[in-house]
Amino acid sequence: MPEGLATTHEHASHPALRHHFENMEQQREAGALGMWVFLVTEIMFFGGMFLAYTLYRAQYPAAFVSASNHLDITLGAVNTGVLIVSSFTMAMAVWSTQVGRNRTTIICLILTMILGATFLGIKAVEYHDKYNDHLIPGRLIPSRPFSPEVAQPGDTDKHKLHLIEGANVHNVELFYWIYFAMTGMHALHMIIGLGIMTVILIMAWRNKFSPEYHAPVEISGLYWHFVDIIWIFLFPLLYLLGRHLEGHIG
Amino acid sequence: MEEFEIPKQPGSNYLTAEYGLKSWLLTKDHKRIALLYLGAISFFFFIGSLYAMAIRLELLTPQGDLMQSSTYNKTFTQHGIIMVFFFLIPSIPATLGNFLIPMMIGAKDLAFPRINLLSWYIYMIGGVITIYALLAGGVDTGWTFYVPYSTTFSNSYVIATGLGIFINGFSSILTGLNFIVTIHTMRAPGMTWFRLPLFVWSHYATSLIMILGTPVVAITILLVALERLAHIGIFDPAAGGDPVLFQHLFWFYSHPAVYIMVLPAMGVVSELIANFSRKNIFGYKFVAFSSLAIAVLGFLVWGHHLFVASQSVYAGMIFSFLSFTVAIPSAIKVFNWTATLYKGSISYDTPMLYGLGFIGLFTIGGLTGMFLASLATDVHLSDTYFVVAHFHYIMVGGTLLAYLGGLHYWWPKISGRMYPEGWGRFSALIVFVGFNLTFSPQFLLGYMGMPRRYHTYPAELVSWQVLHVLSTAGASILGVGLMIPLIYLAWSLRYGRIAEANPWHLPGLEWQTASPPPTENFLTTPIVTHEAYEFASPEHKEVVGKFERQQPAES
Repeated sequence: MPEGLATTHEHASHPALRHHFENMEQQREAGALGMWVFLVTEIMFFGGMFLAYTLYRAQYPAAFVSASNHLDITLGAVNTGVLIVSSFTMAMAVWSTQVGRNRTTIICLILTMILGATFLGIKAVEYHDKYNDHLIPGRLIPSRPFSPEVAQPGDTDKHKLHLIEGANVHNVELFYWIYFAMTGMHALHMIIGLGIMTVILIMAWRNKFSPEYHAPVEISGLYWHFVDIIWIFLFPLLYLLGRHLEGHIG
Repeated sequence: MEEFEIPKQPGSNYLTAEYGLKSWLLTKDHKRIALLYLGAISFFFFIGSLYAMAIRLELLTPQGDLMQSSTYNKTFTQHGIIMVFFFLIPSIPATLGNFLIPMMIGAKDLAFPRINLLSWYIYMIGGVITIYALLAGGVDTGWTFYVPYSTTFSNSYVIATGLGIFINGFSSILTGLNFIVTIHTMRAPGMTWFRLPLFVWSHYATSLIMILGTPVVAITILLVALERLAHIGIFDPAAGGDPVLFQHLFWFYSHPAVYIMVLPAMGVVSELIANFSRKNIFGYKFVAFSSLAIAVLGFLVWGHHLFVASQSVYAGMIFSFLSFTVAIPSAIKVFNWTATLYKGSISYDTPMLYGLGFIGLFTIGGLTGMFLASLATDVHLSDTYFVVAHFHYIMVGGTLLAYLGGLHYWWPKISGRMYPEGWGRFSALIVFVGFNLTFSPQFLLGYMGMPRRYHTYPAELVSWQVLHVLSTAGASILGVGLMIPLIYLAWSLRYGRIAEANPWHLPGLEWQTASPPPTENFLTTPIVTHEAYEFASPEHKEVVGKFERQQPAES
């Protein structure tokens, strides 16, 4: 719609301006601040699990190292790379909307979604490996209780659990609880993120965005980056910490 | 207030803009959503009160003759859960806050009207699931869900109740989020931070707690449910977990939650005291910042719930000290309210009676909190009726009184009708007497050693029974005192005197528009040129000097 036409306000009003806002700037600010506040609540939500992780890691270091060493560091590292690249494509999508290159926006959004789906696929492979190694904790899957084979000294079978000195298999199970709770909650956020991206993609497809109105892309971008950052913390905490102690495996 | 006009004969107001059930269930108007909340929380308050009456009836006699111990456990648990999560936490913010914050800052609505409506639906879904759990068989863990009882031993509906509370938590998060964004971005021109009414400041502080604390209790309850469902061991010592971790996580939210309940009440009382004394509030900035101080300090004191739960004595000392520091901003408020009253032209209308009642009862509740924050006395008083009396003085004597005061004060704005003043004062008095008679004997009972959550007590302790009888009698009076407003407020909707736009003759923005307000609150966006609670025009002030008693702007 050409600016300055068909408006009941004294100034030109954008078709996307909701009735209770004075202007687009106020609407954009409110949306962005709303997302920031929401992300604060997300940090507190994950914070409870980070606290549990810290506490039990300090209490059972040997078991946590043993359990952590069993995770597939290659898949974890690849996934970290995938998410970092997806953050870049997301940032490109926001930028291209701001400068009005709608085609680039669409391509970047599709790339972001492909990368997000790749992450989830790799995560599923990892979960399946844990299933094969009987590492699903507790009675989460009733037919498949937690019962990993513990490796004897000298045994190099990667599918067996290698316990270092002082590690107790019960506490390894505790690690896997925290692992599944945190990565599972993270994966849930990724799935929600893909849903949001689908909506944004459809809006971009229908030419809804312009340099004057790009807040939805920006705000969903904030969410996407946040979910990536959570993973940036999860990867070293769950996969990397204590890896140098591998030589101590008895 | 000459920048914009009060519509004399508004074409329509928010109540008459649309008709029909659909226009209410799909409304995005913050005022209508506030009324949806008002209906829902009144319902939950009624359910919670029934449980309270059952508790008081059981304790009338030393024997467990009304119900068995298992029934009693469910009764006090459900009383606590309904009252805390479904009445006290949403009470003032979701109704009065929802209705008034946009009006007080000169906005057309909250920043996210659809999220506002969503929060009500989330609240209702959480409520329905919780009610289902209560009907299906109830829950007996206490509202605190302490492990390992809740995870391993209880045979009641812990997961369903937990799910209800988990879901309900998101309604609180969304309300807090909406308020913060609204207060930041939607203020009218000229409405600077230090011109905001203190009601808005206290809701800002409340919202901070809502968004920071609620997610933690959400994940905690989720972990309890997982522990119960799949035995994850995170709180189970046999698997290497720590049951005290649950208490830390739970109280990290649930102690600040106390301030979610009382901070909005303090906001209401600041309005009542200043406006019904017709004076600017004494020390505006101190009152405003003390709200933030309470919100911040409130997050650092959770360990005082763990003094007798194997917490290290050094941690206990720090938590004890920090708990005492909360008294400072609380006392600042009480002293500043009192100083505001000094030389004010006070009118004892119903809202003011509730406001004055709040000051007294909150002071008692707060000071007895100091007893409990002291390490040594807490060992004696922990888990006794002293604790029960203490927090009921804050929750009922504080929050409920302020809620009722606020409801009466803004009733003309909300409904467009005046409530009957005589009945209002009468019931305020009954509530005050009934409340004190209910809970002051419980301080003595607790001091003498009566533990909470027991449905019997030794028959030979006659003094205990006397105190319990007094308490039950008080609860009956309180019940009557709460029924009267229910009746006359409903009556006033049809038969009450039609309220003018500004029946109390006050300067606040919410009074500068019609009663009830139009859908967008103001016909034109107001431009704010004065401080909050400014009762004299600048010219008038210059003539009489600032030390003279200020006159009402109009009368």
